[in-house]
Amino acid sequence: LLQMLLCYLSRLAQPQVLRSRFFSLCVLLQKVDLHRLEEGPPLTSTLTREEGLKYYRTMQTIRRMELKADQLYKQKIIRGFCHLYDGQEACAVGIEGGITLSDHLITAYRAHGYTLTRGGTVREIMAELTGRRGGIAKGKGGSMHMYTKNFYGGNGIVGAQVPLGAGVALACKYLGNDQLCVSLYGDGAANQGQIFETYNMSSLWKLPIIFICENNQYAMGTSVERSAASTEYYKRGDYIPGIRVDGMDVLCVREATKFAAAHCRSGKGPILMELQTYRYHGHSMSDPGVSYRTREEIQEVRSKSDPISMLKDRMLSNNMASIEELKEIDIAVRKEIEDAAQFATTDPEPPLDDLCSHIFANDQPFEVRGATPWTKLTSTS
Amino acid sequence: MHREAYCRRKCFMGVNDMPISSSSISGRTDSCSDWTGSFSRTSRSSHSEDRSKMASLGCFLRTGKNAVSVVLRREFSKTPPAAVQVNVRDALNQAMDEELERDERVFLLGEEVAQYDGAYKVSRGLWKKYGDKRIIDTPITEMGFAGIAVGAAFAGLRPICEFMTWNFSMQAIDQVINSAAKTYYMSAGAQPVPIVFRGPNGSSAGVAAQHSQCFAAWYGHCPGLKVVSPWNSEDARGLLKAAIRDDNPVVFLENELMYGVPFDLSEEVMQKDFVVPIGKAKVERQGTHITLVSHSRCVGFCLDAATVLAKEGVECEVVNLRTIRPLDVDTIEASVMKTGHLVTVEGGWPQYGVGAEICARVMEGPAFNYLDAPAVRVTGVDIPMPYAKILEDHSVPQIKDIIFSVKKVLNM
Repeated sequence: LLQMLLCYLSRLAQPQVLRSRFFSLCVLLQKVDLHRLEEGPPLTSTLTREEGLKYYRTMQTIRRMELKADQLYKQKIIRGFCHLYDGQEACAVGIEGGITLSDHLITAYRAHGYTLTRGGTVREIMAELTGRRGGIAKGKGGSMHMYTKNFYGGNGIVGAQVPLGAGVALACKYLGNDQLCVSLYGDGAANQGQIFETYNMSSLWKLPIIFICENNQYAMGTSVERSAASTEYYKRGDYIPGIRVDGMDVLCVREATKFAAAHCRSGKGPILMELQTYRYHGHSMSDPGVSYRTREEIQEVRSKSDPISMLKDRMLSNNMASIEELKEIDIAVRKEIEDAAQFATTDPEPPLDDLCSHIFANDQPFEVRGATPWTKLTSTS
Repeated sequence: MHREAYCRRKCFMGVNDMPISSSSISGRTDSCSDWTGSFSRTSRSSHSEDRSKMASLGCFLRTGKNAVSVVLRREFSKTPPAAVQVNVRDALNQAMDEELERDERVFLLGEEVAQYDGAYKVSRGLWKKYGDKRIIDTPITEMGFAGIAVGAAFAGLRPICEFMTWNFSMQAIDQVINSAAKTYYMSAGAQPVPIVFRGPNGSSAGVAAQHSQCFAAWYGHCPGLKVVSPWNSEDARGLLKAAIRDDNPVVFLENELMYGVPFDLSEEVMQKDFVVPIGKAKVERQGTHITLVSHSRCVGFCLDAATVLAKEGVECEVVNLRTIRPLDVDTIEASVMKTGHLVTVEGGWPQYGVGAEICARVMEGPAFNYLDAPAVRVTGVDIPMPYAKILEDHSVPQIKDIIFSVKKVLNM
């Protein structure tokens, strides 16, 4: 009740009141869809100025980093596969806002944003994309295979990351550390059999896992209607409670994640979240992204639901920050990306000595057969 | 790497001038007459087969993605009029189109094969032409749709099941092996499985460890499966048609880096009933000093290496396996018995690989007595595929590795 009163009061406040007075904002959120739940996450969220600026900066960093990756890919400095996350920033940032770095997270190949929110730096992410020794995986993994502490990639095979996430959750329960694992997958992966196997085992064994389906409407070139008999992904866990939220609103995502985390930590077992989101780029850099959807659709999402704009407008219209302040952040982010790109394009490639290393852990060095029987290479752990 | 075009017939005729028995470096002229007899028969038949095919082929472009090509202009006057330039992607596309038209029971399913025109555009235009019934987009559920495809084959249809890459077939491998490969045997001939599994195999460029594996050895290991690995457009076209017409499960291993490479196809090859027999290797280049056996993209590397080595007086015979299983041991043995030296070349890992099998077969057969040096394998490096370009380049067999190995084997 007090919270509701505060919200009411903040809305009555005059717009020209000094922003330093409003370091906290109460936001009304969009209604959430529930499956097998009496109550869902709260419909209001308190955003502090500090949080707002942090989320803004992180989302903007992800956005600019992905756009820079686009540029470098077109210049052929990044090769192979490159799946960009712009449009979906609120998911990664909101999720991280609902858990801590001692919790665990795993996702599929659209992973650059998560690598950042999970503690990676832009420098090491970009240097990994360009295949340099300063990359987060020393240049050996590439776009789809980036790892940090409690972040298990970055996985190339659709759906495989979900049982892996349940395994991490099993370890959490086993070790009794009160941690949980967030296991992400897309609308395309949602039909994978191994995900249903994972639902079953996680429920049976009450594992502390949050399943999150990032529904961006398209699995490569196939829309959700063409690939799923049921597109209500939050219900697909059947006996697992589910919530569906607006994945473009960082606060909706955060509140849902907080709710889900509390559910897991209370020992109730798994819970499923569906985030309705959108990707501006095609599936990957080799997909223009307009053969299966219209430019108008992309433009409409950009203008009406962009996650960064939404947060920016919210903060500006509630006097939480000034335009100049946000512009300063933009400039700082731009500089950070430029510096990172500079590093990523000038750092040398990995040394050839590294070719055969990291095959086995904690093992003696051994000989590796090269391309010919006379090419003897060595592998070290 | 550069592309070099030359007239095959010219090379063929040049080599053919040399008498076979004195061609090997070791100078062996005496040999068991039985084996010489069978060898001459084999080589003669393969020569005439080659001659009839190659006589109608003009110049062709080999391997590599670089667009620099050197054409020997003077050979064009010998080129027959109806040669058409077709890249591997289009050859596959046309083969599927013609087989879909020929047989109502043939249909294609896989991820993005219909409305997206294929992840690598191999099935471009097919959905527009044949519609939803015959070109089916599946969800990203390999185990499921592979099983569905096999079931459709059980019931009399002739599916083409596409894996976006063969790496993803691991999600479905149970259906390929246990449901498709073994069923005709388990049913004592009651239940054939006329299915083709196809998709790009092996390393690409910068796609890292989970997307770069070669599955030739994995599938080649299994009785009940036919496994083919085309190199050029003629292989792609002929082998795909043969695979679709075959009443058995065929694993069709394409190569992404070859999709865009054009080759000249003769009028004969462009005929609707043109097939390349499964289980028969092709001698792409006649040679006398050493045999290079390869499949898929590496065949092009072998030919390039052969060109370089020819300048030093070493004439390599290049055998294009075309089929991994059943392995054409006869052609390999005939070649080894002629040259006395063997190097196998493949993109996959060495341990328990295609080259290992070839060497074992040669050891166990008549060709062993003709070897003047141990047979050697050139393979991918025994590591998961790294991403960084410098590391990736050193993870795959290169032309210099082939040349080095040849020289080592020939003690040069």
